[in-house]
Amino acid sequence: MHIAIVDLGVGNLRSVHQALITVAPDAHIEITHDPAIVERADRVVLPGQGAIETWFESLREYKLETSIREAASQKPLFGICVGMQAMFDHSDEDGGVAGLGLFTGQVRHFSQFHKTEIGFKVPQMGWNQVKQTQDHPMWQGIADQRHFYFLHSYCVNVPDSSANYVQGLADYGHEYVAAVGADNVFAVQFHPEKSHDDGLQLLKNFTQWNPRA
Amino acid sequence: MPLAKRIIPCLDVDDGRVVKGVNFVGIRDAGDPVEVAKRYNQQGADEITFLDITATSSNRDTILHVVEDVASEVFIPLTVGGGVRELADVHRLLNAGADKIAVNSTAVFKPEFVREASKHFGSQCIVVAIDAKQTAWAERGDEADRWEIFTHGGRKPTGIDAVAWAQKMTDLGAGEILLTSMDGDGTKAGYDLKLTRAVSESVSIPVIASGGVGNLTHLVEGITLGGADAVLAASIFHFGEYTVPEAKAAMRAAGIEVRL
Repeated sequence: MHIAIVDLGVGNLRSVHQALITVAPDAHIEITHDPAIVERADRVVLPGQGAIETWFESLREYKLETSIREAASQKPLFGICVGMQAMFDHSDEDGGVAGLGLFTGQVRHFSQFHKTEIGFKVPQMGWNQVKQTQDHPMWQGIADQRHFYFLHSYCVNVPDSSANYVQGLADYGHEYVAAVGADNVFAVQFHPEKSHDDGLQLLKNFTQWNPRA
Repeated sequence: MPLAKRIIPCLDVDDGRVVKGVNFVGIRDAGDPVEVAKRYNQQGADEITFLDITATSSNRDTILHVVEDVASEVFIPLTVGGGVRELADVHRLLNAGADKIAVNSTAVFKPEFVREASKHFGSQCIVVAIDAKQTAWAERGDEADRWEIFTHGGRKPTGIDAVAWAQKMTDLGAGEILLTSMDGDGTKAGYDLKLTRAVSESVSIPVIASGGVGNLTHLVEGITLGGADAVLAASIFHFGEYTVPEAKAAMRAAGIEVRL
C-alpha cells in the first residue's frame, strides 16, 4: 500500500509520518508535494496547520489541486486540521479564502461564537471530547466521547440538520464540527498524530478503510 | 464544555540526557529521554515538556536528536525550551518533531522575537516561559503584591512586572504562558497560587503553572485556586512518588475535567 502525505510546506509532518509508520509498518509512506505521486498513491493524507491562505498558496504553487480533487473522488482521503477546513466552501481566515468546496459550510473564528471572557481561550489548545454522530468505519475501536488533541482558532459551525456529512462534534463554548466524512473522504479538526492511542487507532482505521465495501 | 486540564511532566535535559534524576521502577535507562517520555506517555500524560539546559553551545544539536527520537515513538504534544535565540532555532526544533517551542530569556532581551516567531510559525507553537519572583507583599504593608521577571535561573532581576509582561507577551502573539515561580521551584511547598491567579486572570491565552509541586493537592490547587489551564511538575513524577493516573484521579475527585 502506498500512502502519500501531502506536504504544503506549512507545519511539521514528521509526527503524521511517524504515526502512520507505527500503525502501518508495511506501507510505503511518502511525504510529497509532487502531484504525480499523489495521483499514484492508494491513499492520501491532507494535513495542515498555520494559516489557510499560505496553505492554498502552496497548493497552487505545487499544482496539487487537480490531484487532490481526483483523490477526493477516487480513493481514501484523510484531512487533518487545516486540511479539513480547506475542504469547506469558504474560510474567514486571512481576510476570506475560498475552499475546495468538498463539504458545504463556512470556517469561522471562534470569537464569532463566544467571548473569551467566559473562559474559552483562543486558540483552543488541548484535549476535548468528540461525540461520534454516526457509525463510520473510521470510528472503529474508538469509544464515543474520547478526548482528542485540538489546536485551532477557526472552526466549522454545525450545519443545518440536512447536512449528513457530520461524523463528530465537539463543544468549546458552542458545538462545532470535529469530524466530517462522505464517500471516500474523512477529515478531522483535531490532530490524531498527537492524540495518543485513540489518535493512532483513527490513523490505523484510515490505512484499512475501504470506502466501497 | 471546558477543555480537559492538562498534566505535563517536565524533563530537564543536559547534553541529551535526563538530569535531576528519574527513578522509575522497571525502566532500563533513567537517563534516556526516550525511555522516560515513553513511560509518561504510557501513564497518560497529556503533554511532555523538555527543557534543554545544555551549557555548551557546541552540544546544542543533541536536543534535536532527542526530540526526533521521542517524536518517533510518543504521539502526544511535545514542548521544547532552552537556548532558543533565533527563528532558525524554532524552525529546527519544530522540524525535529516539537509541537511547541518555549522562549524564555530571548523574549526578555528581545520581545519582538515573540512577535516574529508567532507570525512566522503561528501563535499555537510559541510558548513564553516566565520565571518570576515575588518582590512586594501586600500583607507586609507594600502597596500591592508584585512579582518580577528574573533571568539566569532566577539570579538576575529585570525590574519587569510579571503580570504586565504576560499581557505584553500575549499581545505580541504568544500562544501560551509557562509560568514558573522561582520562589516555589524545588521547595515542594506548592505553586505560587496568587501569582498564578494574577497571570491567569490577566491574559486570554492558556497558562501552565510551574514551580513548587510537592503533592497531588498542589496540582489540584493550581487549577482550582490558581486558575491555570495546565499543571507542570517534575520531581513528584520522576521519583515515582506519584503517577500521572494518580494525579488525574485526584483532579477528577476535585471536580476537574481530565482526560482519562
